[in-house]
Amino acid sequence: MPQFLEHSMTSWHGQQLLHQHSLVDQFDPRARILAMTLFALATVFSHNLLIPAIALCLSIGVALRANLDMQRTLRRVLAMDVFIVLMIVMLPLTTPGDALFHVFGFAASQQGFVQAMMIALKTNAVVLMLLALLGTLEATTLGHALARLRVPEKLVHLMLFTVRYLEVIGREYKRMRKAMKARAFQPRANWHTWRSIGYLVGMLLIRSLERSERTYAAMKCRGFNGRLYLLDRAVWRRCDNLLLLAAVGFVLLALWVSVGVSVNDVSMNE
Amino acid sequence: MHIVDGALSDSVVLGGVLLTACGVAYGLKQIDAEKIPQTGILSATFFIASLIHIPLGPASVHLILNGLLGLTLGWAAFPALFIALLLQAVFFGYGGFVVLGVNVFNIALPAILMGLLCRHGVMRSQPRTAALWGAFAGGGAILLTALLVASSLALSGEAFIPAAKLVLISHLPVVVMEALLTGAAVLLIRRVRPDFFGEVRDD
Repeated sequence: MPQFLEHSMTSWHGQQLLHQHSLVDQFDPRARILAMTLFALATVFSHNLLIPAIALCLSIGVALRANLDMQRTLRRVLAMDVFIVLMIVMLPLTTPGDALFHVFGFAASQQGFVQAMMIALKTNAVVLMLLALLGTLEATTLGHALARLRVPEKLVHLMLFTVRYLEVIGREYKRMRKAMKARAFQPRANWHTWRSIGYLVGMLLIRSLERSERTYAAMKCRGFNGRLYLLDRAVWRRCDNLLLLAAVGFVLLALWVSVGVSVNDVSMNE
Repeated sequence: MHIVDGALSDSVVLGGVLLTACGVAYGLKQIDAEKIPQTGILSATFFIASLIHIPLGPASVHLILNGLLGLTLGWAAFPALFIALLLQAVFFGYGGFVVLGVNVFNIALPAILMGLLCRHGVMRSQPRTAALWGAFAGGGAILLTALLVASSLALSGEAFIPAAKLVLISHLPVVVMEALLTGAAVLLIRRVRPDFFGEVRDD
């Protein structure tokens, strides 16, 4: 896969990427999480083409208003589409049903085609909305908002620690890779590469354990007793109610459409 | 490896959410509040390690290392992987949102099983034997994960069975690679810091 299409999952920039302030940022993080959850549930559990299509339009709209980095977002969405395209292309051929057209003697069924369309719409709608509504938050803000939504405190602390040390460990990893490069290491598909990377991972883990001992000692010395305090002031405002209301409206629409579709099915069968 | 939103049937998605919720809750119970800094820093390390891309044939694959994760963190692997996949989904757009439950379960359950199975061998035997146990854990975890991913696809409908087979076959080279790599990592850890696995988790 060419590098530009590959997932940008080669390094962690969660906190450093500059994001222009936009319309989306005026909403409270809690409202964004709740709205995202409702939107995703309604989209994923719908069984018709209409709701996923509306969902995709909505998420494109939100993504445009969120001032996302166009290039980066497109790269991510495209990478995911390449990832699922194989499965989607096979679906019409493997689903039994009325033949729509033939490829190399295999019948492509209408049902399979509809299902493939549905998956593509749902996937893109959810990921785009996710990047626009939650991807624009800082990872720490996301953690605090989750805590305010009664997610178990331990889980949130674990997340905040992970996020904090991703940068530190990431730098450590890059330093070690640089040292390997200086010794002419080039990753290939051979035993030498696997052993070297295995040693790298092992060393990284040992160094992290030692780092965590130092961190823990420093925290202990400042009176750490297993409890962390979240200091943030999130204010729930009127526009947050509106966002939530819009999400609930979308869920109701999805319910209404699905009831309508099943009634139609019944009347068609009769 | 990650399944996207919209592909699986409703019951599989809901089952994944439920199982992952239970796993995360149990995993959190196992973490001592004072161990949170250590667990957090180690899960950050595994996150960074999963960003390493290694050339394999015409493409390149990224590491998963769930076998080593299970050996190191035990049940804490569940919350650690939940956080890692949540961050990947939200900030990289990798995977999906509702399907997160299935994805976490598919990677975390093999981690925990292999951790329970091989932990004793990795901790108690000589470094070279420990490396063999490590390789078994590393390879076995990926194989189990591939099986779980394939079965979540297969359970979602007859039409997905070819895709499920494809997932299984395409992961066989990754099984070999992760086995060797995990073995090497365990060998180094046991030589440099013999009591590493015991220090992280005392049981």
